[in-house]
Formats: sequence, structure tokens, C-alpha cells
Amino acid sequence: MAQKEKKGVRLDHISKIYQDPKTHQNFYAVKDVSIDIEPGAFITLLGPSGCGKTTTLRMIAGFESPDEGEIYLGGEPINALTPNKRDTAMVFQSYALFPHYNVFDNVAYGLKLRKVPKAEIEKRVTDILKLVELSGMEARMTNQLSGGQQQRVALARALVVEPGVLLFDEPLSNLDAKLRVQMRTEIRRIQQILGITAIYVTHDQSEAMSISDQIILMKGGVIAQMGSPMDIYYHPNSEFVADFIGECNFLKGTVAGVEDDSVTLEVAGHRVKTAAAKAGVGEEREIVLRPEAIQIGREGLLPCKVELSCFMGSYQNYHVRVGDTLVKIADNCPLNKEIFQVGEDAWISFDKACAHLL
Amino acid sequence: MAGKQSASLERKKLFGDPVLIITIVLLILFLSLFILYPLANLLVDSVQVKATALYSVSPLVSGEKIVYYREDGSEALNDSDPVYVLLSSPVEGLEDKLFPLYRTTGLFASQAQKKDTAGPLYLKVVNNKDRTVYVNVADLLTVQDTPLTYKQNNRLIKKMDGVDPSEVCVQFNADTWTLDAFPRIFQDYTFNHALRNTLLLGMITGLGSLLIGLLFAYVDVYVHIRSAFTRKLFDVVSMLPVVSPPFVLSLSMILLFGRSGLLTRQILGIYDSDIYGLWGIAIVQTMTFFPVVYLMLKGLLKNIDPSMEEAARDMGASRWKVFMTVTLPLMLPGLGNAFLVTFIESVADFANPMIIGGSYDTLATTIYLRITGGTYDINGASAMTVVLLVLTLALFMIQKYVLEKKTAATLSGKASRARMLIEDKSVRYPLSVFCIMVSVFVVLMYIAVPFGALFKLWGRDYSLSFKWFEQMFREGGWKAFGDSFILSLIASPITALLSMIISYLVVKRKFHGKGFIEFVSMLAMAVPGTVLGVGYIRGFAGGVFRTGFLQGIYGTGLILVIVFVVRSLPVGTRSGISALRQIDKSIEESAYDLGAGSGKVFTSVTLPLIKDSFFSGLVTTFVRSITAISAVILLVTPRYLLITCRINEYAEKGEFGVACAYATVLILITYTAILIMNGVIRRFGTSREIKE
Repeated sequence: MAQKEKKGVRLDHISKIYQDPKTHQNFYAVKDVSIDIEPGAFITLLGPSGCGKTTTLRMIAGFESPDEGEIYLGGEPINALTPNKRDTAMVFQSYALFPHYNVFDNVAYGLKLRKVPKAEIEKRVTDILKLVELSGMEARMTNQLSGGQQQRVALARALVVEPGVLLFDEPLSNLDAKLRVQMRTEIRRIQQILGITAIYVTHDQSEAMSISDQIILMKGGVIAQMGSPMDIYYHPNSEFVADFIGECNFLKGTVAGVEDDSVTLEVAGHRVKTAAAKAGVGEEREIVLRPEAIQIGREGLLPCKVELSCFMGSYQNYHVRVGDTLVKIADNCPLNKEIFQVGEDAWISFDKACAHLL
Repeated sequence: MAGKQSASLERKKLFGDPVLIITIVLLILFLSLFILYPLANLLVDSVQVKATALYSVSPLVSGEKIVYYREDGSEALNDSDPVYVLLSSPVEGLEDKLFPLYRTTGLFASQAQKKDTAGPLYLKVVNNKDRTVYVNVADLLTVQDTPLTYKQNNRLIKKMDGVDPSEVCVQFNADTWTLDAFPRIFQDYTFNHALRNTLLLGMITGLGSLLIGLLFAYVDVYVHIRSAFTRKLFDVVSMLPVVSPPFVLSLSMILLFGRSGLLTRQILGIYDSDIYGLWGIAIVQTMTFFPVVYLMLKGLLKNIDPSMEEAARDMGASRWKVFMTVTLPLMLPGLGNAFLVTFIESVADFANPMIIGGSYDTLATTIYLRITGGTYDINGASAMTVVLLVLTLALFMIQKYVLEKKTAATLSGKASRARMLIEDKSVRYPLSVFCIMVSVFVVLMYIAVPFGALFKLWGRDYSLSFKWFEQMFREGGWKAFGDSFILSLIASPITALLSMIISYLVVKRKFHGKGFIEFVSMLAMAVPGTVLGVGYIRGFAGGVFRTGFLQGIYGTGLILVIVFVVRSLPVGTRSGISALRQIDKSIEESAYDLGAGSGKVFTSVTLPLIKDSFFSGLVTTFVRSITAISAVILLVTPRYLLITCRINEYAEKGEFGVACAYATVLILITYTAILIMNGVIRRFGTSREIKE
């Protein structure tokens, strides 16, 4: 397929103000968001509902207008352009397929608007349907398709016009869990083949991590953290980020010493080391620990008491009490390991590289 | 700067979409011009007393030095601005008055207010077309054949030749604003009576329709109806008012129960039966409007969750107790809503009181008689229409914004499962027998109409003949059918398209003026046809604002088409809005996003999705237009013959045979139209496949 030039997207201090319908007070739905998206990148706007991610996406598509700042698409400011004049294509949560058209006409809609010659429309639609594995379904009406197939039609319809940037508004939330996993790999695969710039909105952190080059985590209209999935997972910059991306434990402690390659803290009367970080001796800090990064055993760094022990298949799930803090542990491959029972005393330990200091 | 940038961007985007912006502007213009303006004009007419006063211009033309004044009455030089002159009137009782002289060098005297102390002086006067114009003081002497009214001894003169200039007078606007008309009409016996009659009739019709409609709805939803015949009967009864012209029942009422009525005279032998008057109208209106109540309440009853009533039954309440303590309270706002809807219909109804009212005048007929009856008391008649308008508007507001909301709030749920229908014979028999009797009565009344046209002489000779049909076609029948048919046919696609566009804008777009469009198009629903008709007469007979603009449409078929459009717009818009609300907003957004402009989105996505609504709007408008009478009877000219107006004419003359012949053909036309609509929707309708 002939490739159009990829376009980057830049949001320059974007804000959106809404009025509360009851109190008539203005509030920021999106506040001072600046993002620079490389051409061909797959980035995800992630956050709880009401964090401003969908509003941001709709501002890029042109359905909403920013109150402050400017949006650039391929270097051009597009604030004043209507959605139909923007080189974007969106995949909607509800798919938004045209129920009065069949699959072929749905996909061909954007091409017809662009006055593409009929023969070329035919070819491009056929090609794109092949890519999303819907060949042979051209004549079907959309209500004769399964949810996953409808999703593919929506994707094909957006892809076929070769937009500068592809927008996804929680496209998988109407699918069942298994299909969701399958479709997200599919979307990633197609995006990689075409090398198209994509902005993806979701509230599902595992979806975000598996699919994107970069995650932008939002909260209350502002960016909480921006970075690669691994970066955000292991080096969250706040309790909110740590907690939102996967399960997390927070151990409170006092900094006892700062070394080049580690920081020593005193937690519940015991000394533990974390990965290197900026810290001052005597500060009260928190250690972020992922459940799968903690080991439980007869000896270790910190003593604990088991409060819950539960077999989950791929891991043994423990809730243990360290001092006053509840710590969740996911102990992988429990088959050959000692299983601790509720009420037993034990020790936990962890590698300092996995312990991130907040 | 909250929202400022986005507001300006939204504006830019709006203007980047010429199709949308042009549509909105045209729509607002149309609505303002053909709904708001005539109504506003009536308001003005009711408080403005039009008058002109004559003043002599002799001080200006005598050749002597003119004395100039300031506004406060002190003398002034003629270069102060503006400068006033003192004119006196030859008419007794009018005091001398200061008149401003305007100056301009502009091309048009109407720009006179633009100050230019060096320019010539202009006087503001009213010309013989009732328009305000500026006339050059210097021209007062030399003007030939001017459009101004110059008068000498109150006689109109055209040319100034040989006239003593000092005796020339010009006309000035002496309009006064007063609320006098209102106390006056409230003391007016006829009006007072009509107002009370209207309200009383509205109450009786409202309550009657409510009661019968409720019974029908209850039986339909709660009672097990065994026979397919009864079911069919219910369907027919609920469809009849849609198909039939509004006054058909009046005709059959007269045929069946009138002085030479089939039932009263022929069967019961009553010779002095008098159905003309309150009870006649009330019965006819109730029979016409109760099916509307029936359909409204049926929808509500179906939404009541049966388990609520079962819970009450389970705790020991009798069926009657359940109805009184659970069902009825739940329906109360809905009942109020239905009552008001009928009340408004009754108040606005023109044709039935006209035909069967006898001496029982309602507001609508009184206004009609005032307007057409020679006594051309503009203030009085306008004030009456304002009273009628305010009355219906107030009821409409209560209905729309209070009761409709409450109804939706209490009964928006869905029934969780099917209801156990009442099998109990002691309930089933009396209720169904009553409903069947009413239905048979209604059907009988409709059947009476074609026979009224087929019997040789109703009351005397019941042999079949086509003589009434022959008379109908002899006396302009073909033309009446042609005119009515063509005008309605022109109005219906316009209305259907317009109402779909309005619905689309209201449901799917954000823009300034949206509230206005929504409100005005709904407003038309509350305006009685008579009020609209009078508003059009007053508003367009002399052109818009009496400037002559659009005067050309008055008395033509175009104004009739516009009335048809305006009268049907709210119905179409309402069905369009409810159809569009069911369509996911993102379907249109995705078309927009893929590059379609507003016009393209509407034609390629929105319209195909609400095809059904569009078709039914098409036919509903056609049927409503071809059966309309209240507004058009005031506006129709001999150039066009309308079926409904002809029926009214013949009924007035007592020639019921011809009236029935017209009504029979009319019913056939509307029924055919509806059959075609159902066929088309079944064949081409999209909604089924979409909804599944």
C-alpha cells in the first residue's frame, strides 16, 4: 500500500474549560497539557474516567475546541479546522458503523468523499479488508457481524483513508476479555505494518502497556507521568501512578544513608536498600514494591505475619503484615515452594533494583 | 479568559462550514418571519392605536421667515441640530406641536438622522401608504404627484398646483400605545361569553376524553381481550382521528342526531332535537380527541412495572384499591398531561364549533366572525387573539415543561415482565362492553358520512343516488380537490425536510441560536390556527412591517403552503427528534471525522437513518394540510378552493349532502395516503434492520 507521509502531533499547553451545569463554576477538564508525538509513534492516554483523556483526544480530532494552547498536526496549527478538514481518523468506542451501509460501503465512505476513482476504491478497500482479515465479508450488513468483526470494520474504515494520525477512543471496551487481548495485538501489528502515528485512549492499564511506545498517564486534567511502559511501571513518580499501573505496595521508612548505587532506609526497625535515588538522610520516604518483586521465606529483610494465603494458579497470593503496613505478595510458580499458612511468621525480601523510592 | 478561545474557535469552525451556517441563518429567518413576526405583530396591534393627525405646513411654505425652536420650546437658530418648528392643526382639539426637522446631504432622505448641519431640512411625515418618509421642506411647494398625502380641508389633493400653500396639511404619525383594548374586550358581552364558553367546553372535552381514553387504555393493557374483533376495533378507533378531517364527526352528528337526524327523528321520533350548542360540540370533540388520550395513556400504562401492583395485591389490596393507590397516583402527571393536551386542542378547535356550535360561540369562532364580519376593530380583534394565544401558550408551557417532565420522571422505567391480564368476568364484561359500545358508536358516526353523501335527501328520501357527488363536481369540486391536493403536496416534502433538519440541528449540533430554533418550532404547536391566520392577515396584508416587503405572497397559494408548513412543523420535528435521539452521536461524528461536511453528513448518514420518520412526516404533513381549516379559512382567496373550506361553506348553508360528498372523498384521499406511507415504510424502511 502506498504510504503517505507520517505526521507527528504536538499539543502546546492545551487546556479545556467546562462549566459545571449545577454550580455554573468553571473547571479545567484538561489543564496545560503539552505532548510531542513523533511521527509513527503509538502513544496511549491512560487514566481513570474523568481524567481528561477523551477530551484531549476529541480536541485533536476537532470535536472540541481547546480554550488555551494550540494543536499542531505535522507542524501545522489545526485549532481552527473542522473535524472533516483534519487529517485524522478516529475509531470510536461504539464503532459508529453506518448501519445502512454494508461492510464495503462503510469502509469506502471516506474514499468516496475524497473523490478517489472507483477502481482504486475497490482495490484499496479490498486490500485493507484483507489486512484486518475480513476478506469476503464485503456485502454483509454491519449488524450481521460479531463485535470483533465490527471492530475490524471500524479500524479498516479509519485506516483506508491513510490519515496522518489514527485516533482510538477506548475501541476495545465493548469486547469480551479474550477478544480484547486478541484485538489489541492485532491493532499493534497493523499499526507497525503501516507505520502510522496512533493515539490511543484507554482506562485499562494492561492494554496501555501491551500496546504503546509511550504512555501518558493523566489525572484530573493534568499529565501525571509520561514515559515508556516499563519506565512508568518500575519508576512511578507518585503514589497515584504506581497504584494505577498495576498492584503496588508502599513501605514507609526513614532514610538512613545515601550511597552511589543505593539508598538505605529504616523500615519497622530494620534496614533495607533501594535503587539509587535522590534523598536526604532523615527524610520520611516510601518504597514502591510490586507484589511479584517480593519473596517470602524463612529468612529475609523484614519480618512479617501472614494474614491471607491463597492459591491463584500461576502464583500464590499472600497478604502479610509488616509493622502496620499490609503488603501483597505474588509468589510465582508455587508448586515447589513452601506455602505459608495464615498466622505464620515469615520474612520478606526483595532486590534493591526492584525497590523504587518515592 | 474561561472559554473564550474555544468559543472563538467554535465560531471559526462554524463559519468554516458554509452549508451549516447558511442553513441555520435561513432557518432562523424563516421561523422569525413566519412564526414569531405574525404573533409579535398581533401583540403590537392589540396595544397600538393607529392614527394619523393632520398638521398645517403653512409656517414652512408661507415664504416668511421660519421660527425655529429647541426641543424645550425656546427659540433657536436654524443651525442648531436638530431644530424644531411649531405647527398647528386645523383639526379641533389638537394642540400645536413641535416637529423636528432633519438635515442630510445623503442620497436618501431616510438617512436624514445622520447629522449634517449644512444639508437641507427634512420633515418626517406619513405617506398615503402608511409609511414614514422624510420630505424635503424645500420640496413642499414644488412637489408634483408625490406619494405624500397632502390635504386641503381634509380632502386629498394630488397636485399642489393652484392650491394655497398655507392651507396644505401633511399627515403625521399619531400612533398611541394603550392597553385599553383589553378592559374593553373583557367588558364586551360577546367576547366575555366566548371566553367562558371556550373554557367550559375545554373542561368538559378534556375530562370526557380523559375518562374514555383512560378506560380504553386500561382495558387494552390490563384486561384480557379474547376476540380479535375487539382488538381490531380498538386499532381502528385509535387510527380514525389521524385519517379524518377534524370536523367530520360534526357532520355525522347532525346527520344522526340533528333535526332530521336518522336516529332522533327516524327511529326515536323526536322532532325538536337540538344538538347545536355546548353538548353537541363537547360530544363531537370528545369523540375526536379521546383516541389521542388513549394512545398516550396506553404507552404510560405499559411502562408501569406489574410487580408493583402485584406487591400491593399480595399485601391484600383489592383490584380497585390497587388502581386507586398504585396505578392512579403513578399516572397522575400523565393524566394531567393528557388532559391539558385535549384542553388545548379543544380551545384551538375551530371547525367543530363552527359547524355544530349554533349560537354557542367560542374564542376561535368569535375571532373569525370579527375578522370576516365587517366590524373591523383591529385593536379588539387583535386583543382577542392575544388572549387566546396567551391562554393556549400558558397551558402548553405547563404541559410541556412541568407535566411532561414529571411523567417522564415517574414512569420512565420498563416493565420487568408481562402483566397478568384480568380474566375476572365481573371486571372484563362491563369494561369491554362499554368500550365496544363507544367504538361502535364512533365507527357508526364515520360511516354516516359517506351515506350522507349517497342518500338522496337525508331525513326524507333514503334512496341511493350520486346527485350530491354530481353537484360537488359541478360546483368546483375538481378545482377544490386539485388545489387542496397540490398545495398539500407541495407543503409536505418541505415540511418533512425542514423538520428533519431542525431535529438534526437540535439533537446533534451545538451552536448559538439552537435554543431559539427549538423553542420557536415547538411554539407553533401551541398557537391555535385562528391566531396564526389573523397574525398572517395583519402581518402580511401590507407586507412585513407594512413596508410592502413580501406583500406579494398575501392572497397567493404560497402563503397557504407556508401556513401548512408552519402548522405541521412541530409534529414532524417532534418525531424527528425522538428518532434522532436513538442514534448514537458517534455515527455522525465518524462521518464528520472521515471528511464529510455538515451537508454531506446529513444527507449520507442522518437522513437515511431516520428515513421512516421522514416518510411519516411527509404523509402526516400531507394529511394535516389537506384537512386543515382554522388558519387557512382566514387566508384563502377565491383564486384557490380548498376542500375543507368548501365543506364548511356547504355545512353553513345546510347542504349536508354536498358537504358529506366532499368529506367522503377527503377521507378516501387521506386514507390512501396513509396506506401508501405504511407500504413504503414496510418496503424501504431501514429502522428494523438497524434496531435489531
